[in-house]
Amino acid sequence: MNEGSFPILTALIATPLAGAVLVMLANARRPEIAKLVGLLTSVATAALSVWLLASFESGAESYQFVSKHPWIEQWGISWHLGVDGISLFLVVLTAVLFPLSLLGADPHHGHKQYLVWMLILEAGVMGSFLSLDLFVFFLFFEVVLVPMYFLIGGWGYEDRVHAALKFFLYTAGGSAFMFVGIIATVYLARDSVGEITFDLVRLSEDADFATSTGRWLFFAFAVAFAVKVPIFPLHTWLPDAHTQAPTAGSVVLAGVMLKLGTYGLLRFGLGLFPEAAYWARPLLLTLGVVGIIYGAMVATMQKDLKRLVAYSSIAHLGFIILGTFAFTSQSMSGSVLQMINHGVSTGALFLLVGWIYERRKTRLIAELRGIQQVAPIFAAGFMVVMLSSIGVPGLNGFVGEYLVLIGSFLTARWWTVVAAAGVILAAVYLLWAYQRVFHGEPDDANRTFKELTLREGMVLLPFIGLIVFCGVYPKPMLDRIEPSIAELIEHVEENTDFVSPEPARAGIDE
Amino acid sequence: MTDVVWLIPAFPLFGFVLILLFGRRLGEPLVGYFATAMMVASFVVSVGAFFDLLAMPEEERANIETLFSWVPVSSLQVDLALLADPLSITMCLFVTGVGALIHLYAIGYMHGDAKFSKFFLYLNLFALSMLLLVLGENLLVTFLGWEGVGTCSYLLIAFWHTRESAATAGKKAFITNRVGDWGFMLAMFLAFSAIGSVSYGALNEAAEAGELATSTATGIAALLFVGAIGKSAQLPLYVWLPDAMEGPTPVSALIHAATMVTAGVFLLTRINPLIEVSADWVPTLIAWVGVITAFFAASVAVAQNDIKRVLAYSTVSQLGYMFLAVGTGAYVAAIFHMVTHAFFKALLFLGSGSVIHGMHDEQDMRRMGLLRKLMPVTAITFIVGWLAIAGVPPFAGFWSKDEILLFALARSPALYVVGLVTALLTAYYMTRQVVMVFFGEARWESHAEEHGARGDFRPHESPALMLLPLVVLAGASIVGGGIQLPFSDATHRLEQWLHPVVEFGEAEIEGTWANDNKYLLLVLAAVVTLVGIAVAWMVYQRRRLPVVEPAVLEQAWYYDRAITDAVGGPGRQAFEATSWFDRNVVDGGVNGVAWSLRNAAQELRKPQNGYVRASAGIIGMGAVGLLVWFVVVRGIL
Repeated sequence: MNEGSFPILTALIATPLAGAVLVMLANARRPEIAKLVGLLTSVATAALSVWLLASFESGAESYQFVSKHPWIEQWGISWHLGVDGISLFLVVLTAVLFPLSLLGADPHHGHKQYLVWMLILEAGVMGSFLSLDLFVFFLFFEVVLVPMYFLIGGWGYEDRVHAALKFFLYTAGGSAFMFVGIIATVYLARDSVGEITFDLVRLSEDADFATSTGRWLFFAFAVAFAVKVPIFPLHTWLPDAHTQAPTAGSVVLAGVMLKLGTYGLLRFGLGLFPEAAYWARPLLLTLGVVGIIYGAMVATMQKDLKRLVAYSSIAHLGFIILGTFAFTSQSMSGSVLQMINHGVSTGALFLLVGWIYERRKTRLIAELRGIQQVAPIFAAGFMVVMLSSIGVPGLNGFVGEYLVLIGSFLTARWWTVVAAAGVILAAVYLLWAYQRVFHGEPDDANRTFKELTLREGMVLLPFIGLIVFCGVYPKPMLDRIEPSIAELIEHVEENTDFVSPEPARAGIDE
Repeated sequence: MTDVVWLIPAFPLFGFVLILLFGRRLGEPLVGYFATAMMVASFVVSVGAFFDLLAMPEEERANIETLFSWVPVSSLQVDLALLADPLSITMCLFVTGVGALIHLYAIGYMHGDAKFSKFFLYLNLFALSMLLLVLGENLLVTFLGWEGVGTCSYLLIAFWHTRESAATAGKKAFITNRVGDWGFMLAMFLAFSAIGSVSYGALNEAAEAGELATSTATGIAALLFVGAIGKSAQLPLYVWLPDAMEGPTPVSALIHAATMVTAGVFLLTRINPLIEVSADWVPTLIAWVGVITAFFAASVAVAQNDIKRVLAYSTVSQLGYMFLAVGTGAYVAAIFHMVTHAFFKALLFLGSGSVIHGMHDEQDMRRMGLLRKLMPVTAITFIVGWLAIAGVPPFAGFWSKDEILLFALARSPALYVVGLVTALLTAYYMTRQVVMVFFGEARWESHAEEHGARGDFRPHESPALMLLPLVVLAGASIVGGGIQLPFSDATHRLEQWLHPVVEFGEAEIEGTWANDNKYLLLVLAAVVTLVGIAVAWMVYQRRRLPVVEPAVLEQAWYYDRAITDAVGGPGRQAFEATSWFDRNVVDGGVNGVAWSLRNAAQELRKPQNGYVRASAGIIGMGAVGLLVWFVVVRGIL
């Protein structure tokens, strides 16, 4: 569909890229021009994404706005983009988060390079979510590492160089597995598909692997994505990277980059190797649940606010893994929703923590105290975001978690029983941190804590608006996500002996 | 007006939004009056809905109003829907009615507080959540309200957040409640997997039609009971409620006595058909948890010296009675006691607030005494509350407690005996409190200096704004029993009204020994109460008997201490061990790999020194090695 019309998906990638080029050309001595250009292009991208959202046909399960152009024909590589219910909101989230984090966080030096890296990062993330060609996907997936490496290394905190290196090597190491996996997949699928092709759609429809081959290939992809998510025990690069990254880097890292992993598992793991994914279920369910409990327990003991939020991410992403591998429409739709919700809530949390650092030059919980007394509006903003992260119903975090759990209960009952205890722990670490930072009588160092500024308020407001809206009325999102999930489940059912469970009907309440 | 039942939560929502936007500009006291007006408006709609339902034939008294589709994913379809039926409207009536009075009282109580408007912001948000909780047509809407009231409770307990103890108490309440919520959530999951729905209608109909396996019904009922234990502060999760007294007193009255803490009892009444068809151990467990909690908390109340802590333990104890009623199938009695308790406990809390106000924030009863001379209206209304809770006929509490005991005896004499002993203790500790505060001799004069008044400190009566709610609630505490009197079917008014909701689960006690001798039980209960009052009077007023307040009771049987120690000791160690494991084993492993890679690379680098002779030597060695391999291993040549 939409053949011949405006190539909106290509534009979503090209706009930030063009912005990066323009910023590069701007006069280095006039950072305000670079800033304006950077902001305008990211806002333009956001506007494009809103247009995409508005013209997305809800209820349709297949890819929309597909654009496909041959690129390296002898290898079957093409510029193949498309969006469905699974990627739609991730694209919108990416487009919305970038201008907000550009507005909300100041790099303090090197504005021009900073903006260039941010915009390249945006293009890379966009491309990863939109690619339907394994080669193009891998390209974007890897390209993303470079700007993030420089952002952490150039604009981060005390230990930034070490953290940047660890981040780069760890994730690139994971990607090496996927690189081998992609080549192997394409070659091994040649016989069943009939030609060499990197086309995801054709591969997932026609490729037919021997059982053990499929499992090895799945493993190769899964390692790369598991590092990215990150899944326990491959997570330790994340707290370091988050703690040392500049505020905008943390927002983007938590908000959308981690989702490359969970999205990849859904799109490529389940799409290409349904049999292997089904086979690996118990392991991934277990790791997901371990992540929920373990992440929360470790988060509780953190002394650094950013590390605490980073570990809370590991717990939240555990829910996404659980929901993904429970294979029910509720749990998987919940997982996709949770990806968005986590991006919004944790993005906002990192912004707030960044603002605390700007004021107090510290992230240590022990050095903060009584802030609610001197900055009640700041505290109220933090409170709303925190409650969303805890999963209080009426706010966005709850809907995703609830759907994941209620869906997982159908196919992975005992895992769900343990995972549900994670909601207790989420309250423990966040409320305890809130109490130590915001409650109590402020001491001298905190008495001058500045109230939320107008600019910060304007940045925070869209986050809070989304938090409330998605919590009260998630239907528009679910209506668009669910059909694509249903298609994916069907795909798994066709290739395995898995049967998606229907909850029993007592013949009432129809 | 049942078709506009959405107005009931809409008014406090409107109040919340408006105060959020303009609260500071409205200022004191306008914000307070505005918030109160919202509650009154809700109350009026509730009354209208009540009369509408009353006019309907019994079986039609349930009106579902779907506002919008909330969480729809294929087979899971949850609407934001409200259910107006006798149970929910009863709850609405006393939540909004008592709520409006407490809002009014708070205008006086919170006078001069820097966060005056924020207080009413939270109160209206609380009312909204509470009304959604009771009006919910399915478990998820109730859960929305359930967590909402929990959040508001957290915000309000920690309202004076610069005080460390208040902040800690708020956090403790939230987390303890979350433990119960775990059960609530699992109950929803089980319900969905069993019948594909979380709506009360579907669940109860399935239970009544016998389509629900006993094990499923048992699981759902037991898990919801876990949730109820947390919210309604029963053993073993009661520990947050006594600490919740850190909040402003109107909050204690509204949330931690009259409304929120009764949510557990409401929930179990709502699903009474499920409890009826579940295994027998579920109602038995509910009854025993209730009666043991009632006894336990009453015994602790005997030795407390903080005026609000006595009332807090008393609340836990009275909620225990309600659970006893639920467990013995006396749902009407449970709701009856919930209503009368809302009257007299709100009255007692507001009265204690008036005392605290008049004593300039003094809460220790050992520093009070003889206040009836200085605070006559507070004293008289408090005495009414005392007689009501102690169970002196014909005050409200007498009738409701007696009905619970009647059903308890019909089920098991053991339950009855513990319940009766608890009634004795209740009369005793309440008399002790009334004597320590309003009778005896004045013990506050010597402490006047602490209150900054230097000699001329005199406790004073509270302003009329605070006294009016006391008088109204006192009136309700006197005549409240009239809604359900044991004399004939015609005087069982509440039972007839609630009949369509509880008819499936309500126990049948017709023909039991207990029911045949119910007047004897009435007399016995009255005698026990009078004995309790008389003994306490002899101990504290006349001082003829020794004071018995052992430390074990004052420390609440060391239960809270044990929990705190367990969480702070082994619990914390487990968390720290996990954190250590993450730092040293998981991350240590990663760093170890990186470190050994680098070292290996360092070693490998050394031969690459650029000297021709070294390269030539290595090439030569390689050539020889290859040659040997070809010759020896492969056998070439």
